[in-house]
Amino acid sequence: MKAGDVADAITRAHQGEWARVVASLTRRFGDLDIAEEAAAEAFAAAVERWPADGVPPSPGAWLTTTANRKAIDRIRREGKRDGKQREALMLYDDDPPEPRGAIEDERLRLIFTCCHPALSMEARVALTLRMVGGLTVPEIARAFLVGEDALARRITRAKAKIKTAGIPYRVPSAGDLRPRVAGVLEVLFLVFNEGYLATGPGTDPVRRDLAAEAIRLTRLIRGLMPDDGEVAGLLALMLLIEARQAARVTAGGDLVPLGEQDRGAWDTALIAEGHRLVRERLTSGVGPGRYQLLAAINAVHTSAADVRDTDWSQIVALYDQLVRLDPSPVVALNRAVAVAELDGPEVGLAVVDRLGDALAGYREYHATRADLLRRLGRIGEARAAYGRAIEVPGNAAETAYLTQRRDQLASPT
Amino acid sequence: MQYLVSVINNSTDLATDAEQAAIDVFNDRLIADGYWVFAGGLGGPDSSTVLDNRGETPVVTDGPFVETKEYIVGFWILEAPDLDVALKLAAEGSKACNRKVEVRPFL
Repeated sequence: MKAGDVADAITRAHQGEWARVVASLTRRFGDLDIAEEAAAEAFAAAVERWPADGVPPSPGAWLTTTANRKAIDRIRREGKRDGKQREALMLYDDDPPEPRGAIEDERLRLIFTCCHPALSMEARVALTLRMVGGLTVPEIARAFLVGEDALARRITRAKAKIKTAGIPYRVPSAGDLRPRVAGVLEVLFLVFNEGYLATGPGTDPVRRDLAAEAIRLTRLIRGLMPDDGEVAGLLALMLLIEARQAARVTAGGDLVPLGEQDRGAWDTALIAEGHRLVRERLTSGVGPGRYQLLAAINAVHTSAADVRDTDWSQIVALYDQLVRLDPSPVVALNRAVAVAELDGPEVGLAVVDRLGDALAGYREYHATRADLLRRLGRIGEARAAYGRAIEVPGNAAETAYLTQRRDQLASPT
Repeated sequence: MQYLVSVINNSTDLATDAEQAAIDVFNDRLIADGYWVFAGGLGGPDSSTVLDNRGETPVVTDGPFVETKEYIVGFWILEAPDLDVALKLAAEGSKACNRKVEVRPFL
């Protein structure tokens, strides 16, 4: 076997099996620490041995067995457990692998534990990427622009809290499931957005990889909970946003707004998959949640071959539904953008201006006002609004875009 | 596992009659369902005394040991299988006593 093939097999095994291995070890040993370390050792052993011995016929089973041995070695070495517990562990030593169905449930348990609401959002994100996603501590630290030591401490603290506070290793009961799934999706969307917003020259590619990782994890949850509408909605939303990534940024790292993007550069396969998911939810007959509505809005955008073909009345109608679910001023601002397309910039601006009190510190508010003022020919006010948008700290590519827009407007004489 | 559910107060007001009645109902349920270990209300920070006997003679000072706007005014000790159960009970307790609560595990 060629070295490249072995490397591919290891990458595939890592993507496909990491969470399974960590999850099944966590259940067996009741300890995330042992599970994480043993899984990492098993993959290190694969990197060492597969090139010489060949890739085993069932890489997942090989990794699970190896990780189990490593875990047992560690427990023996540390000798901390009482005799009885040690004996129980040894009896399991050569257990046949878990049946597939049970293992799938294990991964869900792992996800719900890592995204437990008693953990801070930062801890949930780091823990989910490490335990479920299999990213290394240095990778996560680089992706979130924090120091490795700080990130390692964050993960260690979270694991310690899970143990000490008795955060259970299980899928929540039916009555709690909905809010807990919402919590998991929040973590994944945050990871996706970190990757999505990380654009521009000089950006570490590992930050961009977060978007792909979030999609991969959402696909995993979709496979585990195929009937959950919001899981499908979030996956569709991510796919339809990711599909436009190539057209969204120029080679020089400049942002291109949706209306000016080369729609030929959109990823048609991702769009088709996203549309399929949105259609599936439409035919379900169940009222859509937030992610499903956002996905539907993005489906309308990506259905238009030319920006002039965009069905803005459909988009405003979807935003009207979204405002009923989520009356936040940010949603109202996005709705106003669609209203401006449907009824003209003057009507849109009137809606935007009513949000000024709530959104004075929000960059997108000033940027939206600036754009509408520009379209109304109120150049002086538009320049001032761009200036205020630029003053709000934010992503460098956005700042560059806003500065360029402002400077394109002739100064009032 | 056992959990300490501390009741956090930010005024010197004691529980109203309605709050006390709700707490009694909640306590009865904790006992009936086997979660109850212990519970009690505490005097305010003004009534506390701090004592330090790490040196040669005990040093007694008028408390509290830290001045804060929020302080613990009572607590439950609950027996619960895991944090999810403890949080659910704590949520009911917070409703009953009409105050914030903090949940911490015993080691």
